[in-house]
Amino acid sequence: MDPAAAKLIGAGLASIALVGAGVGIGTIFGNYLQGALRNPSAAPGQFANLLLGFALAEATGLFGLVVALIILFVF
Amino acid sequence: MFEAQAAEHAGEPPGLEHVEQTAHGAEGGLPNPMHQFEIKRLIPFEWFGFDASFTNSALFMMIAAGVITLFTLFAMRNRSLVPSRLQSVAELSYEFVAGMVRDNVGTAGMKYFPFVFTLFMFVLTLNMLGMLPYSFTVTSHIIVTFALAAFIFLGVTAIGFWKHGLKFFKFFVPSGVPVVMLPLLVVIEVISYLTRPISLSVRLFANMMAGHTMLKVFGAFVVALGLLGGWAALAFMVAFTGLEVLVAFLQAYVFAILTCIYLNDALHMHP
Repeated sequence: MDPAAAKLIGAGLASIALVGAGVGIGTIFGNYLQGALRNPSAAPGQFANLLLGFALAEATGLFGLVVALIILFVF
Repeated sequence: MFEAQAAEHAGEPPGLEHVEQTAHGAEGGLPNPMHQFEIKRLIPFEWFGFDASFTNSALFMMIAAGVITLFTLFAMRNRSLVPSRLQSVAELSYEFVAGMVRDNVGTAGMKYFPFVFTLFMFVLTLNMLGMLPYSFTVTSHIIVTFALAAFIFLGVTAIGFWKHGLKFFKFFVPSGVPVVMLPLLVVIEVISYLTRPISLSVRLFANMMAGHTMLKVFGAFVVALGLLGGWAALAFMVAFTGLEVLVAFLQAYVFAILTCIYLNDALHMHP
């Protein structure tokens, strides 16, 4: 296979990691809303945890994106 | 990755010509979205064989330090009991970080509040400066964020050993698990502890780099689609810029709060 083509395919495969980030962020916000609608008075206290969870989940997917960008732009 | 960053510091990143070629070839003349991360030597300076040039990265770090210092000094110049608007902003940021340290580390951690406050304000200002057009985002370089994270990691580990002595090794032994599981769990705990600086630095760097690359790609779409079709892309651009401002704040917050959590682990071991 042409190395340039293999590089592009590899970068595309690496960015599949973002699927996991999407699922994770959706789960976090969905569950937060579910909890917040059940018990609205407890919701503001958990907002910091929501943001922390969002950032942690997003970062995990971005690791895959970094791998894709490294494949594209470093090699 | 680090070698690549070092090479980028030394000059042109490897394979840039090739990348520009492919980018132009595939997209039909779109500008390279990675060009914005290029480090330029403003004042070339060699120090015992090391390249210690004054770069645009260093310039923006100095601007950030200057902005923070001037802002806090100017906002608090009156020290009135009923704060003015600017003084409220300064007090708000102080209270925000102080509350964060108090909630996550406890009163024992207030000793380290100045460090966490400086860290939060520095990262936040660098992220926000990066949102300005034509500016440079210092935190989009792994070498900067890794240096910060490695310093935090070493400092927190030193605090842990200083507070608990050799008992700090008990941190790696989870309490209340069967002895059979211990050899496996201790290894996992040690690995997860050692990856902390990597995850802390890559999180900030990846968020900043991915966001700015995305903004540049969409900006190129706006230009490429022109007056007729560019409006949809422009609307996306505006929304994404709003999201990026949020992410810029959020990542500074996460960076600071994880520092607090690591500090708490070192000071109190298992809660």
